[in-house]
Amino acid sequence: MTWNYLVGMFLIGVGVAFNALGCLGLLRLPDVYNRLQAATKCVTFGTCGIFLGIFVMKGFTGFGIKALVGIPFLLLTSPVAAHALARGAHIFGVKLWEKSVIDRYREDRGDQPKL
Amino acid sequence: MNTFFIILVACCFSCLIRAWLGKSVPDRMVAIDILGILAVGMTAMLAVMTDRDFLIDVALCWVFLSFIGTLALAKYLAHKTLDE
Repeated sequence: MTWNYLVGMFLIGVGVAFNALGCLGLLRLPDVYNRLQAATKCVTFGTCGIFLGIFVMKGFTGFGIKALVGIPFLLLTSPVAAHALARGAHIFGVKLWEKSVIDRYREDRGDQPKL
Repeated sequence: MNTFFIILVACCFSCLIRAWLGKSVPDRMVAIDILGILAVGMTAMLAVMTDRDFLIDVALCWVFLSFIGTLALAKYLAHKTLDE
């Protein structure tokens, strides 16, 4: 039980908690866009927390450096994929939730509101 | 550590439930994308639990494979084709 191990386990626990809350949002929220927003942010941050915890636990070895390299990869790729999915869903024609108040992307694309 | 791994497996099952129930096609695609990112975290934790460092290479590759797959699905969703 060294300090590296304890701090690493704490960071991994924070990451797993973020993952669990993101998946709860994926199950419970009413709309594609709400689900995408909740799930992508929370799960990306949670997985980055797991990688950071592994880096703190293992230190500057080959194992830890590879875990540290995984964080920028995840932070660069995951928001791009989420943005592409949201744009694809909007072009595909998925309706917003009926209590949503504004849709800026449809105004930018110049479509008429179809109700 | 085992408790955290069991929580992540439960998260994967909730993603599968959303992919099963989802009313529209993009719902299922979002669920599969999130399932890929969860699998990356599970593989990294498995590398620590079994103390084998090639599994973290598997996790790094899985990030890019999930990214490319999600981009292909999103392109198909937007333009109904995979050309150009």
